[in-house]
Amino acid sequence: MDRFLYLTFDGLSRGAVYAAFALALVLIWRAARIVNFAQGAMAVATAYAGYSVADATGSYWLGFLVAVTGGLVLGAVVERVVMRFVDHSSPLNGVVVALGLVLIIQGVLGMIYGDGYRPAPAPFSRDAFEIGGIAILSRYDLFVFAAVGAVVVLLTLLFTRTATGLRMRAAAFAPDVSRLLGVPVGGMLTLGWALAAAVGSLAGMLVLPTELGLHPNAMDLLFVSAFTAAVVGGLDSPVGAVVGGLVVGLLLAYVGGYLGATVAPMAVLVLLVVVLLGRPDGLFARAKARTA
Amino acid sequence: MTTGRPQGTGLLEVDGLTAGYGAAPVLHDVDLTVGAGRIVAVLGANGAGKTTLLRTISGLLPAAAGRITFDGVDLRGVKVERMVRHGIAHVPEGRGVVTELTVDENLRLGNLWRRRPKKRGGLDEIYDLFPALAGRKNHLGHQLSGGERQMLAIGRALAARPRLLLLDEPSLGLAPKLTAQILGLLRDLRDRTGLAVLLVEQNVRSALSIADEGVVLNLGRIAARERADKLAGDADLRHAYLGF
Repeated sequence: MDRFLYLTFDGLSRGAVYAAFALALVLIWRAARIVNFAQGAMAVATAYAGYSVADATGSYWLGFLVAVTGGLVLGAVVERVVMRFVDHSSPLNGVVVALGLVLIIQGVLGMIYGDGYRPAPAPFSRDAFEIGGIAILSRYDLFVFAAVGAVVVLLTLLFTRTATGLRMRAAAFAPDVSRLLGVPVGGMLTLGWALAAAVGSLAGMLVLPTELGLHPNAMDLLFVSAFTAAVVGGLDSPVGAVVGGLVVGLLLAYVGGYLGATVAPMAVLVLLVVVLLGRPDGLFARAKARTA
Repeated sequence: MTTGRPQGTGLLEVDGLTAGYGAAPVLHDVDLTVGAGRIVAVLGANGAGKTTLLRTISGLLPAAAGRITFDGVDLRGVKVERMVRHGIAHVPEGRGVVTELTVDENLRLGNLWRRRPKKRGGLDEIYDLFPALAGRKNHLGHQLSGGERQMLAIGRALAARPRLLLLDEPSLGLAPKLTAQILGLLRDLRDRTGLAVLLVEQNVRSALSIADEGVVLNLGRIAARERADKLAGDADLRHAYLGF
């Protein structure tokens, strides 16, 4: 039972990060119908920038701010300079361009920072408190929950309570109609990419201290988990992304804890295949009703 | 029958417009005037270029040649998303209700072109015009009937406070009673607020019953331009182009 509790909290904590990262994928999918396979590489790039600033200034939080703002800028630039010019007649085009971006970003990072792991220290202790003799949560886990929770709340408020959120949703669902109503559809798309990349960068900053550290490929495995989370939830559903993230986090923790760490990544792929076979639109996809 | 060029007095002036998809023009040298507070019906068979005309005016399609001016402003080069700022609202064919958004959100969209949208943006007025929508504020677009979607699309366009409404086939798929209700509303708005309407309609009788003027398009060219009551009474023209 102790072990089960420990694994559950560990899974939720990891799952929260997957949720944030999956949310970033869903944001872009909803806005542009592209799975941004470069999300992981973009997040690593901004994390390098963030930790460079943190090293230079001695302030983790300044670095954190630089990473997230860097994500905002990088997302906007990628949309404006690259993705806007991709021919979207075939969904594969966007995927191939995104994979090309991955190679470029990882190559450039390798050239600048080298191929070794660099430390990515956490801003809070990762030692878990003991409650009733079981080590359950660390300060850092609480920080992760709070940060992801804040992102979810802020995005929800943005999309449901603000004029800009309504413009963004309308532009994503019905671009031509939105244009006729005066919505700057191109601008909304850029904003969507910027927000998504910022959320991805935040997820990167949250997960890197719990892994081996900074490396150009550091987010590759996380991307697979987060992508699975997004597909499990249904690529169109922000709620699904959050639930999917937590499910994948728990699955990884339980399988890793009970069956061994080497089996865990395979469990994620099995989950992906099962969902794709059984419910290809995801668990939270709305009934198809988007014609006319 | 007069097919000469209109006098330059209108709110919307279309001069020698040639436009279409790709290299093959659908519209050839079209002239058209819509004055403030006037309803002009564009009539013609399928493929005559009626929808193309509206799409070109609102900037969804580029004009190959000719001029479009609105209240003295040259609309060439004005982006689609800026048209509503000039006072032009376009209700496209197939209505364009955003089915993933609620009725209220769709209506609010009509008011969002303003940098700072008004709090309720006069939406209560729209609900007064379409009481059927007031009871369904929180329903999603795809839960609405065809008639409700049409009302929502028109209501949303009116929420933008346009001076010119471009309306494409409002009667499509609607019961005659509902069509009459919607067209009656347009007539009231014209009389009350001076709204100008460029109305594309297959249902010739209904359209001419509220229009001030009718323009007949045939194979992308203006075949006739006439006062609506005279056009409705011109048997030769009706037989030749309108099929009744």
